[in-house]
Amino acid sequence: MSELTKLTLKAALDGLKSKSFSSVEITRAHIAAVEAARPLNAFVLETPDKALEMAAAADARIASGDAGRLEGAPLGIKDLFCTKGVRSTACSRILGNFVPEYESTVTANLFDDGAVMLGKLNLDEFAMGSSNETSAFGNVINPWKSASGGNKALTPGGSSGGSAAAVAADLCLGATATDTGGSIRQPAAFTGTVGIKPTYGRCSRWGIVAFASSLDQAGPIAKTVEDAAILLTSMAGHDPRDSTSLDVETPDWAPYVGRSVKGLRIGVPKEYRVDGMPAEIEKLWQDGIDWLKEAGAEIVEVSLPHTKYALPAYYIVAPAEASSNLARYDGMRYGFRAEGGNLTEIYENTRAEGFGQEVKRRILIGTYVLSAGYYDAYYLKAQKVRRRIADDFDQAWQTCDALLTPTAPSAAFALGERNADPIAMYLNDVFTVTTNLAGLPSISVPAGLDSGGLPLGLQVIGRALDEGTVFSVAGALEKAAGFRAKAERWW
Amino acid sequence: MTNAFTLKGRTGDWEIVLGLEVHAQVASNSKLFSGAAVGFGAGPNEQVSLVDAAMPGMLPVLNKYCVEQAVRTGLGLKAQINLKSRFDRKNYFYPDLPQGYQISQFEFPIVGEGEVIVDRIDGTSFTVRIERLHLEQDAGKSIHDLDPKATYVDLNRSGTALMEIVSKPDMRSPEDAAAYVKKLRAILITLGTCDGDMEKGNLRADVNVSVCRPGDYEKFRETGSFSHLGTRCEIKNVNSYRFIQQAINVEARRQIEILEDGGKVDQETRLYDPTKNETRSMRSKEEAHDYRYFPDPDLLPLVLDPAWVKEIEAGLPELPDAKKARLMADYGLSAYDASVLISDGEVAAFFEEAAKGRDAKLVANWTLNDLLGRLGKDGLEITASPISAADIGALVGLIEDGTISGKIARTVFEHMWDGEGAPAAIVEKHGLVQITDTGAIETAVDALIAANPDKAAAVKEKPQAIGWFVGQVMKETGGKANPAAVNEILKAKLGL
Amino acid sequence: MAIDAATVRKVARLARIAEPEERIEPLVQELNGILQWIEQLAEVDTDGVEPLTSVVHATLTLRDDVVTDGGDAARVLSNAPKSTDGFYVVPKVVE
Ligand SMILES: [Mg+2]
Ligand SMILES: [Zn+2]
Repeated sequence: MSELTKLTLKAALDGLKSKSFSSVEITRAHIAAVEAARPLNAFVLETPDKALEMAAAADARIASGDAGRLEGAPLGIKDLFCTKGVRSTACSRILGNFVPEYESTVTANLFDDGAVMLGKLNLDEFAMGSSNETSAFGNVINPWKSASGGNKALTPGGSSGGSAAAVAADLCLGATATDTGGSIRQPAAFTGTVGIKPTYGRCSRWGIVAFASSLDQAGPIAKTVEDAAILLTSMAGHDPRDSTSLDVETPDWAPYVGRSVKGLRIGVPKEYRVDGMPAEIEKLWQDGIDWLKEAGAEIVEVSLPHTKYALPAYYIVAPAEASSNLARYDGMRYGFRAEGGNLTEIYENTRAEGFGQEVKRRILIGTYVLSAGYYDAYYLKAQKVRRRIADDFDQAWQTCDALLTPTAPSAAFALGERNADPIAMYLNDVFTVTTNLAGLPSISVPAGLDSGGLPLGLQVIGRALDEGTVFSVAGALEKAAGFRAKAERWW
Repeated sequence: MTNAFTLKGRTGDWEIVLGLEVHAQVASNSKLFSGAAVGFGAGPNEQVSLVDAAMPGMLPVLNKYCVEQAVRTGLGLKAQINLKSRFDRKNYFYPDLPQGYQISQFEFPIVGEGEVIVDRIDGTSFTVRIERLHLEQDAGKSIHDLDPKATYVDLNRSGTALMEIVSKPDMRSPEDAAAYVKKLRAILITLGTCDGDMEKGNLRADVNVSVCRPGDYEKFRETGSFSHLGTRCEIKNVNSYRFIQQAINVEARRQIEILEDGGKVDQETRLYDPTKNETRSMRSKEEAHDYRYFPDPDLLPLVLDPAWVKEIEAGLPELPDAKKARLMADYGLSAYDASVLISDGEVAAFFEEAAKGRDAKLVANWTLNDLLGRLGKDGLEITASPISAADIGALVGLIEDGTISGKIARTVFEHMWDGEGAPAAIVEKHGLVQITDTGAIETAVDALIAANPDKAAAVKEKPQAIGWFVGQVMKETGGKANPAAVNEILKAKLGL
Repeated sequence: MAIDAATVRKVARLARIAEPEERIEPLVQELNGILQWIEQLAEVDTDGVEPLTSVVHATLTLRDDVVTDGGDAARVLSNAPKSTDGFYVVPKVVE
């Protein structure tokens, strides 16, 4: 493989700017890598022609001196983002060959800054899953293999499994992703990549297929903290077409990476020390604490007493919103339509055949918790618990500036290993889901390897709109951890 | 309160109880949550945005003008304006409901309780309490008759802003229900928040009908407990005053029949079929609707700036009730005339224009009886009247200064209707000037008495027989003699 | 609040998802498992707690009433499974 695919986004942008290589060259290198990596099943649609066309246009802009922030950089796009003229499916059969007549705000922002699209990335169907096993296009395979687990294919995590695998395997310089309960951070942790979910409202949701509107937030998966900062700066911004988009200025976050954490107070929430947490994760967490202490931060213990209720609350709120958000997939105006004897049968067959098992399960739960007589006991209760969880964080900010936790309770597991028990699968998000409920920015940084040589991540959580501090702390962790490991190429 | 409308049954008397949910389309340029145009007559799906078609990832953004119109309407209904309200999703599947849910306001509507004072034809009035007004999206249109095997869907109407105005069950007769809608329509038109076009469905009513025994309704009003009332059925989308009344009548009859046969009325949604004059159930009974309302997570709470509400209030036009009071006070009109005038803001404006410096009662008569009658015959609105307000005023002016009699005025009016121009010119052209020259009248009277000495003698015994003499003089003068002058001269010459 | 087979059928109907008879019992088990786990929320004291519907500390911004979209039926019909003369064509609706 070409050395060009091994570059970080930052290094590639520098090389493009200094004309060390062209966008067409680096794009070609990535197209070849994508083709060679088909066994990973990270891409559900490759768009090499479009990529080369965009790359040529980028080169022209570089030549004429009006290059954008991401000019010429080839990226992968999660197939939850609607891309104009390019099939967008949310990895569900129900969308069939849906080709949007519009471009999502986030991808439009990236392309306006000169980014090149290599294709659309695999994900759990409608972003519902933590292992990328619910996609209509099949599983994504983690580029990493465990030294102790035989040659078993591992999950890249989910739902942004395609984005994480593609970045980890050097198929793109960075990727878009989305996070409703941990779908950026858990796959990042499972693949040794960096993933940030910004403050709710930073990135426009316009043009992103909705899963749970009050929780969904886009963000990047990247090779380094700095790359993540560069990408997020481009993706974020106020969008009047999304009523929940925040009308605030978007900082340039790259300079925050490398900033000293001296004097920052880092909270360690005691409730994240859950039963049965592997010793390796516990150890990694302690490493992180030590690194930040050494870097001059002050470590404080904090309490987030309602942490254990976050997942159950999430599994009311998210399915409830999803049950309604996914009602539009009815086979009437676009997508797949099944046969049936009458209208109701056609609705029922379309949705039975069009949706996969996990999506249907969540729609049924969501429908149930909103139905007459149960709303107060479930939905309203969950919204109140959600307030308690948000209040916990507000309380914590009295004594600290950022929080440090593990990203996930385990390293990547084998595909097929946790499918039988939905709750066991849901528990993957136990450390990440709290910040979706509270709308806070949080990042996963690769910080070490487990005994099988699989990457593990640490999570940094910040105050609302304080991505700057999150990037600074993440940068300090990245530097201290000195994580350089890459998956050995087997594909 | 007047006596409730009573229906006779086999087992005794029944009364009806009516509550209305009126859907009024906001007269906006674009839709409630999208930038597609609102209008009538465009080609299918030509006024549809990606949001209206519920494409994946599309999001609603609220139209400020629609919010303003809801507030204006709320103020016009003397209602509570809720500075904080919220949008909820009402979930159900239907091919003309692209999102699979309607964005509406369930728990926290933008407008709370208010009232409407409704005038009856007999000059009495009653109050209908308003429960709430909320903003919501309209659905698209399903067309069933273009293809025997398929339904065609046009989403042009999808997402159009509606104000749903919900009354309390305060109407007790079909006429009262129609009068309420009429009054509500006048208020909306005056405010300019809805064009009130019922034919296009821009104003339509869902009528809740139940029946009860005499006395039950009063118990309900005393206690507020619906247990005193019968089970109600909702008749959907009735869009004319006539159909509202017919639908109520047949539905009440249907319910009474069920109850008198020992049955039970099922709470359900029904449809009125005017061709068969019957109501029928709209959805199969086993499928109870469960709309799973919940706050729309795509939208934040709607919070109104009190200063903005004040500003809207300051800009309100004169409302029908205030106008009615003013018309009665300033022009000395009867309550009935005033309420007919305000039922249509255009008519009231016409009247006021015509009445400038004239005898207001005469102008009201000419406007309400002659002109509206004539317009009605041709199915015309007052805005399309071939006779201007100024000309009606001029016509009354000619009567007032004695140039023509009321009778001649009718002739002049016909010429005006035919477009012959200003009344003075018509009078001139057709020689219709009234004879007020007493000399000419005296000559005629003298001749008449001389020719009919016996009748002149008889009238002394029977003074009411003077009518014959008046008629003869008028005939003699081609109707142009001033009747007052004729009377006076006759009385003098006959020695009455 | 355990879910039974009838509830699963009712909910599947509301959600317009055909669930074959042989899936009903497994769904009863799955959904009850999830709901039982969810019910630990009952432990949380939420008396007097205002439900949180949005984490955004802002209120709705409003747009001006101008026409900015529409006027292109082909654009909204481009992905339709079936359309004719500018209409979406859907299965016969019997009211
Ligand atoms: Mg209603
Ligand atoms: Zn309504």
